[in-house]
Amino acid sequence: MRDPEIRHPHPAPPYSALPHPLATIRAGISGFPSPAEDYVGRTLDLNERLVKRPAATFFMTVTGDSMVEFGIQDGDTLVVDRSIDARPGHIVVALVDGEVIVKRYEMIGKRPYLCSGNSQYAPIPLANLDCQVWGVVRSVIHEYAV
Amino acid sequence: MIGLVDCNNFYVSCERVFQPRLEGLPVGVMSNNDGCVIARSNELKALGVEMGTPAFELQQWVNQGRIHLLSSNYELYGDMSARVREVLEEFSAGVEPYSIDEMFVRFDDFDAATTQALARTLYRNVRQFTGIPVCVGVAPTRTLAKLANRAAKNLPEFDGVCVMHADGDDTRRLLERTALGDVWGVGRRLVERLAIQGIETAWDLRQADPKAIRRRYSVTLERTVRELQGTPCIELNDASEPRQRIMTSRSFGRLTGELGELQDAIRQHAQRGAEKLRQQDSHARAVLVFLKTNRHRSDLPQYSPSVVVELPEPSDDSRPILAAAQQGLEAIYRRGYRFMKAGVMLLDLVDANREQLSLLDTPEREVQRERDHQLMAALDELNGRMGKGTVRLGVPRQNAAWHLRCAHRTPRWTTQWRELPKART
Repeated sequence: MRDPEIRHPHPAPPYSALPHPLATIRAGISGFPSPAEDYVGRTLDLNERLVKRPAATFFMTVTGDSMVEFGIQDGDTLVVDRSIDARPGHIVVALVDGEVIVKRYEMIGKRPYLCSGNSQYAPIPLANLDCQVWGVVRSVIHEYAV
Repeated sequence: MIGLVDCNNFYVSCERVFQPRLEGLPVGVMSNNDGCVIARSNELKALGVEMGTPAFELQQWVNQGRIHLLSSNYELYGDMSARVREVLEEFSAGVEPYSIDEMFVRFDDFDAATTQALARTLYRNVRQFTGIPVCVGVAPTRTLAKLANRAAKNLPEFDGVCVMHADGDDTRRLLERTALGDVWGVGRRLVERLAIQGIETAWDLRQADPKAIRRRYSVTLERTVRELQGTPCIELNDASEPRQRIMTSRSFGRLTGELGELQDAIRQHAQRGAEKLRQQDSHARAVLVFLKTNRHRSDLPQYSPSVVVELPEPSDDSRPILAAAQQGLEAIYRRGYRFMKAGVMLLDLVDANREQLSLLDTPEREVQRERDHQLMAALDELNGRMGKGTVRLGVPRQNAAWHLRCAHRTPRWTTQWRELPKART
């Protein structure tokens, strides 16, 4: 017997700023900083932009070049969110035969496939494959040598 | 109602999140310093490997590829534990960590169907969001929640979630099937004494007269009886199950963001925890430090971090425990937050008498150990005779150079940029 569940998609909780030093600390008239001012003068926080649900967000390093057309290059950092239910069109981190791979999840006809962003690699049909979605890629970070 | 969320084989489960090929295989986690098994997968338990088994006894199986032994990766376990807690906190403002892998969650008084659905959602979300499998037990009291959790874990018909109400046939059947020794806070000696009186199951104890139990045994056991009957009377801090972990924590009288105050509190908790360790002849392997802001003050920024620091070797000495606790506090403290609570947990306890001597031991170390032991005994005696806190330790030794043997430690997947897991395209 399966119990009912409260809700299926998982809306992220309201964002609460991750701890990091304040850009400016202003003392109130009394000389003590007021806690309410913590949100004033805070610099933009990339975590706030990229990490919607910290508890479920993991970073991974990319190896290989088969996803270049989707803008994912060797050495990039993936921001992977496990709280998202994978849908076709998502870039996913999947476990296939015990290996961790990153591909685009697609339906071709009515069948599910893991597709590469590189025409040299054929889509992998998921039928008859031991495959589990580990998480959904929300963004990719590419750092240039400067 | 109160829920108990318990992570299954927590350390091994943390490892499996990032090494899925370990799924279904016998896996053990070893302590870094003395090389004993401190966590086991179900498959390893099924092979008859006990907690505390020295790694060298298992070397042959490792060489044959039959089992997998990993060094402990406390940084990873601490981070994953914080994630589990964070997922639970989306549902309840009343989440209290009871150990690194067990958390109590206060449920509002929903009707039975909603409670069941909520418990199932917690079960599913923690698993999905963090990768850690858990069991959920919900009941009117902590003692019953513990039993509900056991049922959720051991009886397949519950499929990982058991909601136990104070009364009803289901509750009765479960309690009748529960041996006394499995009831929270009922130790082996009590089991023997109660058996003489014909009290053998949790149900028998529930039927006993609480006042008679108090006269004959103790207030503590009376509370257990009342808890089994569905009346909450055990607070987290009285919880007596010190064999596996020791927790000392307290709320501040008022919110504080002062590092000095936090350091004082952590020092007191660590020292008190170390005393408790010595009272029960245990050594701890790791120290968990946590802070908590007030979740009910939505006008204030929220931050409830925790961290695990491994001790250089299993110890009951206040000094390394204090040093580890302060080191942990420094790592998680941030300015601009006002904390409501601070606490210290001593983890992975081992019986002091059963402890293996390290291979690195020398006669000089043995002498040092004896002197440390005497110093701690003197400390406890003074504090016992002249009142708690008569003798307190000052600033911990700085920069203790701790060299850990961690040859088989997996990467710190979630806390070090250089050690992120790899995803192949």
